[in-house]
Amino acid sequence: MAAAVGRISASRLLKTNSSLAPFQVCSLSTAHSWTRGRKLLWTSIGVVAGGAGALFLALETSVKATDIELHPPKLPWDHKKILGGYDHRSVRRGWEVYKNVCAACHSMRYLCYRDLVGATHTEAEAKAEAEEQMIEDGPNDVGEMFKRPGKLSDHVPSPYPNEEAARAANGGAYPPDLSYIIPARHGGEDYVFHLLTGYHEPPAGVALREGLHYNPYFVGGAIGMAQALYSEIIEYEDGTPATQSQLAKDVTNFLAWAAFPELEERKQVGIKSIALLSILLFATLYLKRFRFSVMKTRKIQYNPPKKDV
Amino acid sequence: MGLAGTIYQTLFRRSSTAAITIVIGAYATERIIDEGSTLLWKNYNKGKLWDDIKHKYEK
Ligand code: HEC
Repeated sequence: MAAAVGRISASRLLKTNSSLAPFQVCSLSTAHSWTRGRKLLWTSIGVVAGGAGALFLALETSVKATDIELHPPKLPWDHKKILGGYDHRSVRRGWEVYKNVCAACHSMRYLCYRDLVGATHTEAEAKAEAEEQMIEDGPNDVGEMFKRPGKLSDHVPSPYPNEEAARAANGGAYPPDLSYIIPARHGGEDYVFHLLTGYHEPPAGVALREGLHYNPYFVGGAIGMAQALYSEIIEYEDGTPATQSQLAKDVTNFLAWAAFPELEERKQVGIKSIALLSILLFATLYLKRFRFSVMKTRKIQYNPPKKDV
Repeated sequence: MGLAGTIYQTLFRRSSTAAITIVIGAYATERIIDEGSTLLWKNYNKGKLWDDIKHKYEK
C-alpha cells in the first residue's frame, strides 16, 4: 500500500513545477527578464488586491452594540507620549489627593516614603510626610507592639488591618490596593480618570441595591465606591484650582507613577539604545555588502528545461 | 587621496594607532550619545521633571 502511494506521488512531487519555472527564470536570469506584459499583469493584480484589502479595512468600522461595557475615551497623558516623562507637579498634587481622600479606604502597600524622595518631594519633606503617620513597630523588650512616628523606610500605612475589616467597613465591597491599580485595569489611566469623574444618576429603569452607586465605566454599572472627588474637596498647597477633573487627573498621574516609577529611566535608556543601534545598523549594512560583494559579482547562467522531463 | 584614505593612512594603518583610535572613539561615542539623549529628554520634558521643580521645595 505504502509503496503504491509512494510510486504515484513521488514521481509527481519530484517533477519541476512547470508553471513556476518561468517565474524563477525571470527573477534570476539576466537573459530572460520580465516582459512588459507580464510585469503589467502582476503589478495590476497586486494593486487591485492591495486596494481591495485597504478598502475592506477602511469600511470595517462597524459599531458593535453588543458590549455592555463603556470603554473610556483616550486622554493625552504626558507619560504616554513616546518620549514623555511624568508631569511631576501633577504627581506631587496627586499624592496630596491620595493622602487626603483615597487613603481613607484604599491602601498602597507597596509604596514607601523613600520612593517619594527625588520624584515628588525632597528628602526633608518626605521625612515630614512619614512622621505624620504613626506606624506599628515591635515587639519591644517586653514583647509588646508599639506605635512610633514613621520613617523614610516605612511603607505607607493601610487604612484597614485586613481585607475582612475593609469589606465590613465598605458594605461588603473591597477597596483594592492602589499600588498597581493602573496596570491592573483595562484602560489604565483613562479608566481610572473616567471612573472617578463618571458618577451620575442611574438612568431610568436601573434600580440599584442599597449602598451601590451608578457609574457607567464600572463593569455592570453599580460600584460600591461612592463618588470620592468633588471640586474643592481639598486645597492644593501650590494653589492650583482643585476642580474635580484636576483632582482626578493628578491622582491618576500619581497612581501611574507609583505603578511604573522606572518609566523615565526606561525611556531614557530607550533613546540611548536607539541612537547606538542606529550607528551599528550602518556598520552592519556595510559589513553585509562587503561580504556579499564576492557573491554578487558572480555570474550565474540558468537554462530552463524546454519540456517536462 | 580622499577622506577615507587619509583616515586610513593616519589612524588605521598601524595597529597601535588603530587600537588607540578605537578606545578614544568608543569613549567619545558613548559620551556624545549619553549627553545628547539626556539633553533631548530634558528639552522634551522641560518644566515637568523633578529637576525642574525641585528648587521650589528645597531650602
Ligand atoms: C469611602 C471609601 C473610598 C474612598 C474614599 C475611595 N474609594 Fe475607591 N473604592 C472603594 C470601594 C469600596 C471599592 C470597591 C468597589 C466595588 O468593587 O464595587 C473601590 C474601588 C476603587 C477602584 C477599582 C474599581 C475597579 O475597577 O474595580 C479604584 C481604581 C478606586 N477605587 C480608586 C479610588 C481613588 C483614586 C480614590 C481617591 C480619589 C478612591 N478610590 C477613594 C472605596 C473608596
